[in-house]
Amino acid sequence: MSSTSKPAVPWLLAGPGLLLFATLLLVPLLLTAVLSFNVYDTTTGVQAGQYTLEHYVHVFTDDYYLGIFWRTFWISLLVTVICVAIGAPEAYVLSRMRNPWRSILLLIVLAPLLVSVVVRAFGWSMLLGPEGLVNGALRFIGIGPVKMLYTEIAVVVALVHVMLPFMVIPVWTSLQKLDPGVENAALSLNASPLTTLRRVVLPQVMPGVLSGSLIVFGLSASSFAIPGLLGGRRLKMVATIVYDEYLHELNWPLGATVALVLLVANMIVMLSFNRVVEGRYKKSLG
Amino acid sequence: MSFLTLQDVSKLYGNTRAVSAMNLSVEKGEFVSLLGPSGCGKTTTLQMVAGFESVTSGTITLAGRDITHAKANTRGLGIVFQSYALFPHMTVADNVSFGLEMRKMPKAERRDRVARALSLVHLEPHAPRYPRELSGGQRQRVALARALVIEPPVLLLDEPLSNLDAKLREEMQFELRQIQRKVGTTTVMVTHDQSEAMSVSDRVVVMQAGVVTQVDEPMRLYEHPRTRFISTFVGKANLLEARVSEVGARIRVALGARQFDVAVDDAADFAVGDTALFSVRPEKLQIVARGAGRIDAQVQERFFLGSQWLYRLASDAGEWTVLSANDGRDALKIGQTAALDWPDHCARLLPAETAEKVAA
Repeated sequence: MSSTSKPAVPWLLAGPGLLLFATLLLVPLLLTAVLSFNVYDTTTGVQAGQYTLEHYVHVFTDDYYLGIFWRTFWISLLVTVICVAIGAPEAYVLSRMRNPWRSILLLIVLAPLLVSVVVRAFGWSMLLGPEGLVNGALRFIGIGPVKMLYTEIAVVVALVHVMLPFMVIPVWTSLQKLDPGVENAALSLNASPLTTLRRVVLPQVMPGVLSGSLIVFGLSASSFAIPGLLGGRRLKMVATIVYDEYLHELNWPLGATVALVLLVANMIVMLSFNRVVEGRYKKSLG
Repeated sequence: MSFLTLQDVSKLYGNTRAVSAMNLSVEKGEFVSLLGPSGCGKTTTLQMVAGFESVTSGTITLAGRDITHAKANTRGLGIVFQSYALFPHMTVADNVSFGLEMRKMPKAERRDRVARALSLVHLEPHAPRYPRELSGGQRQRVALARALVIEPPVLLLDEPLSNLDAKLREEMQFELRQIQRKVGTTTVMVTHDQSEAMSVSDRVVVMQAGVVTQVDEPMRLYEHPRTRFISTFVGKANLLEARVSEVGARIRVALGARQFDVAVDDAADFAVGDTALFSVRPEKLQIVARGAGRIDAQVQERFFLGSQWLYRLASDAGEWTVLSANDGRDALKIGQTAALDWPDHCARLLPAETAEKVAA
């Protein structure tokens, strides 16, 4: 039986996945998009059948929302940069280790994934609070209590902790594909170990670093639990403002608008990043 | 003093001896192959010379300088890796240029040298390509150009041809030798392929279980293998157990009911009554008419190899393998009885215990 004679087979095989994708992602997304254009009245709520662009105008002209978008952007970017700075060397060190240490340490890196984000957020709020361990240590070395909880510091620290595995795994994967001979080849050509790392290893793991960055940036920009619990009532990020609009203000169309703007902004950032940076490596590394 | 010398070099991994007390001298401009089955320590030896493996004991000197513990990136050796280990993110020209760049050579000179190295391996048109756009043979030549462009005192080749298909491998063997002759670089190659080792090397070092068992020119290695292992690893051999019947001006052995003259390396190795191994290469045996040769034998199997026929014959003294040129004469049929003959000096005797000595 050849697959060309049964054109329905691929569709049947992909069917369940497509159905799930359509009902759980495309339909809600479409409903949200429609909702974002609905007229909202503070006394009577959503007006089905009446459409307006007012929410978009509101989001793009109100400094409050623009400020939140800007904060979300720079926090995500900072988290991504820190994750690259910590995660890439971490993956390299891990890949150079021998078993059983390698397996043990890899498990430690991935272990945070096994704990709920909410639990981890509470953990950080205990550590970073005014009476927490970190402030205790700072007081011990003579630096007065630093306000970290409910500031950007807490959000960034906790996000880095949550996102690190998403950086380590892709970098680790591209390191696995590295021919172990190339480092020796560079050494034999008089390159110092540092030059070897910079000129030979790093360019080859760049695709891993880039895909890790995309994942980390995307997840950070849309993260909810960490900014919700560690940012407090005043420090808002986009996902938390969406939550507020839906559940506190009950202005669903505005919430939908913010959510869609976040989605589109995220996609623009990721796609252009992908085009600009990854294109450079496409030719040589396929 | 030789150009590259290994003196009592040993490598231990825990309690296992990968290489034990290896001695080797390579002259300037010489092409030496380390030959042996996998796990014999040949690659470990190369890695120690390259500086990628530490030396447990012994010394390695290069042009009078002790490099035993020198860092790999200070030895300046040219190395071609089994996987080629090209830098996939660099073009062919950048790959070749890398070593010169590390030596801080001015750009103009670098470009000249890269062009010359690429023309040596016939790859000038491929300079702007990336390694993954090249065939296996071309990658191999890039690796060779990259190693040679730095004009290294010694070129190390780690199974350089093992990833190529049979036809290409043969072509590259000749090309490799041609290039090596042209640039005159002292070369050490590791291989498990005996025909590769013999066709390109000035001398072949046979290793077995971390020990060097014979160092000789290819022809001598083939014609005068020291041990049973070498006689079967380097080419094929008919090995028959024989009893030494006469030691004196000539040495004779009894093979079944017959007596044959044999050649030996050292007559002192043998005494009358010893059991030894009678050895003749399959291509040294001639097939003659029944009764006209030294021993009659019946054809059991035959294989057509194109330029040759391979026969298996049974005689009362044992089994024989014969390679006979496909020279237009009729081939023997299965079941046919013929006689075998050979020149006296082609029958050799190996001490029976060498096999055990090496294995132990």
